[in-house]
Amino acid sequence: MKHIISVLVENKPGVLARVAGLFSARGYNIASLAVSETLEPEISNMTIVVQAEDEKILEQIKKQLNKLIDVITITDFTKKEHVERELILAKVDYSAKNKAKLDNVIGKYVAKIAQRKADTAIIEIVGEQVQIKQILEELGQFGIKELIRTGKIAMTF
Amino acid sequence: MIINGAQILIECLKREGVEVMFGYPGGQVLPLFDKIYDSDIRFILTRHEQGAAHAADGYARATGKPGVCISTSGPGATNLVTGIATAYMDSIPMIAISGQVKTTLIGNDAFQEADVTGITRPITKHNYLVKDAKDVARIVREAFHIATTGRPGPVLIDLPSDVQLQETEFIWPEEVNIRSYKPTYFGHPGQIKKAVKLITQAKKPILYIGGGVITSGAHAELRELAEKIQAPVTWTLMGIGAFPATHKLSLGMLGMHGTAYANHSIMDSDLIIAVGSRFDDRVTGRLDAFAPNAKVIHIDIDPSSISKNVNVDIPIVGDAKNVLGQILEEIKKVPDTASWLKAVAELKRKHPLRYYEKEKIAPQYVVEQIDEITRGEAIITTEVGQNQMWAAQWYKYMHPRSFISSGGLGTMGFGFPAAMGAKLGCPEKIVIDIAGDGSIQMNIQELATCVCNKIHVKVAILNNSYLGMVRQWQELFYKKRYSQVCITSPDFVKLAESYGAVGIRITKKEEVRPAIEKALATDNVVFMDFHIEPEENVFPMVPAGEAINRLIVGGLA
Repeated sequence: MKHIISVLVENKPGVLARVAGLFSARGYNIASLAVSETLEPEISNMTIVVQAEDEKILEQIKKQLNKLIDVITITDFTKKEHVERELILAKVDYSAKNKAKLDNVIGKYVAKIAQRKADTAIIEIVGEQVQIKQILEELGQFGIKELIRTGKIAMTF
Repeated sequence: MIINGAQILIECLKREGVEVMFGYPGGQVLPLFDKIYDSDIRFILTRHEQGAAHAADGYARATGKPGVCISTSGPGATNLVTGIATAYMDSIPMIAISGQVKTTLIGNDAFQEADVTGITRPITKHNYLVKDAKDVARIVREAFHIATTGRPGPVLIDLPSDVQLQETEFIWPEEVNIRSYKPTYFGHPGQIKKAVKLITQAKKPILYIGGGVITSGAHAELRELAEKIQAPVTWTLMGIGAFPATHKLSLGMLGMHGTAYANHSIMDSDLIIAVGSRFDDRVTGRLDAFAPNAKVIHIDIDPSSISKNVNVDIPIVGDAKNVLGQILEEIKKVPDTASWLKAVAELKRKHPLRYYEKEKIAPQYVVEQIDEITRGEAIITTEVGQNQMWAAQWYKYMHPRSFISSGGLGTMGFGFPAAMGAKLGCPEKIVIDIAGDGSIQMNIQELATCVCNKIHVKVAILNNSYLGMVRQWQELFYKKRYSQVCITSPDFVKLAESYGAVGIRITKKEEVRPAIEKALATDNVVFMDFHIEPEENVFPMVPAGEAINRLIVGGLA
């Protein structure tokens, strides 16, 4: 099962390596990782989606992260009401034969053409996992040439 | 006061109360060693950086104070790595200082450059690469704070040579404040109440204690609790010395080479009170068969140790000394354990720890004689393997910090340099390294350090011409196919003499006691080379992956 945890860390060199190293050393899997500065520039936020088969492993991951001196707080979104989003860029064939159908698909989601060159377009999609899965399936019919995902970010009240 | 980074480091070490440091110079620590030249902190020049790290570790284990070791960049620092990992696995407070190439050269594959903070990240509690001399004082202060508080551990400071030379105003930070590091020292009162309730209701309670009791100095509280609730006490390798071995409630060590009665007792118990121990695989054996009827109270300062291996009913995060104190205060009624203690006594009578004498000297006899002569008052260090297990089983440790051994990492070559560090920390104590002929050769170069600094440790080599523990496994589980375990050794007597130490060879049982007495009376480093029964095994033994009550006890072959 996948869990989203958000980790506030000191914005110092080597912190990402500490977190990533902990996961690899203890055999935990990172499904995605998004790192950014927070409102306080000396603190960074890491949103980590982890693959953990049971609660015990998730507990261990959180405890081990907490042991890192540079980790300030950990929030587990698993059982908390939260908003989660992911941003995706997808490169597709936007030639005349696909254009109308693609515009139709894009119209159904929070998506738009970010840039277009000749017969190729880069589509920007924002959404929760369900919608992202759906639109990727629909776009798949036209052939996705390249796909980049930011990984999830999440926020709670 | 405007001084350079190297001088700031030395000033800080002085203010942190450092009395002795161990190390080895090199190109990237020349500015630092120039300041060490003027410093009044004692410096022990080892013959290998690994020796320096283990010596700092041994000093820390014997005294409870943080040990300090220093190396140059690159190979000097990588030589510290095994010592740092050893300290990390056993939660030993240590400050490792490594030189680094100039900040302008970092990342350029410069001469003697290694990414030491990268290499040591998973084996330190924390580490620092110092990029500005202004940060030195704060970092040293934080390093000592982190190394010595909470669950202790080694902290490494990587100090580039240009930062050592950079001059700046020295300001000693009076306080340390790390917002993300606040260990929990007292148990949650609600959890204490729940724990006391379980203890009161227990019929077959057992105390299972580890190194955390020694780290926290909780031995007096532990003894008080054990006597109050009349529960037998068993310990891990790291917990040796926390409870007197001759006490009537003592069960000795449990686990793979534990006493049969300790293993049977914990398997039969209905309540395990784990204090500063972590249910390591060498202790639990087959996990799903471990103590099936027992509820578990687990006291540990490190939350990640709790419910990692064994499911815990009452977790209590806190310092062992405080938490045991809280429990003692809360307990009003004590459980009736008379019939349980009778059953345990019966187990003790039925399954005593024993060995059988054969043609050559029994290694267990050597350890017993060392115990008798020193009356359990010496500091014993060990190497790793059979020597370590015999030292754990056959010496009756009476005090915390009297048994110094690499438990978690199991580092061969640890015992001799650790003995050196322990002796420097406790000069009034007899310090004996119980070694094997394999392990002693892994850091034998420190003989020169001991002789030249008059650090008069004694080494008892249990010499069987084998890498004994591996041989034992090959005998029992690989059909006696002895692969790469027959080793030759130098003439240890001549070797000791060539270094200016004293060597004694012992080949007969009747020579054992006089040799130990002579060694202890000799005002020098002494190597005792005991030629023991070559194929003697460590028993009892739980095969890897078995339940811990399924022991092989051995007998006369």
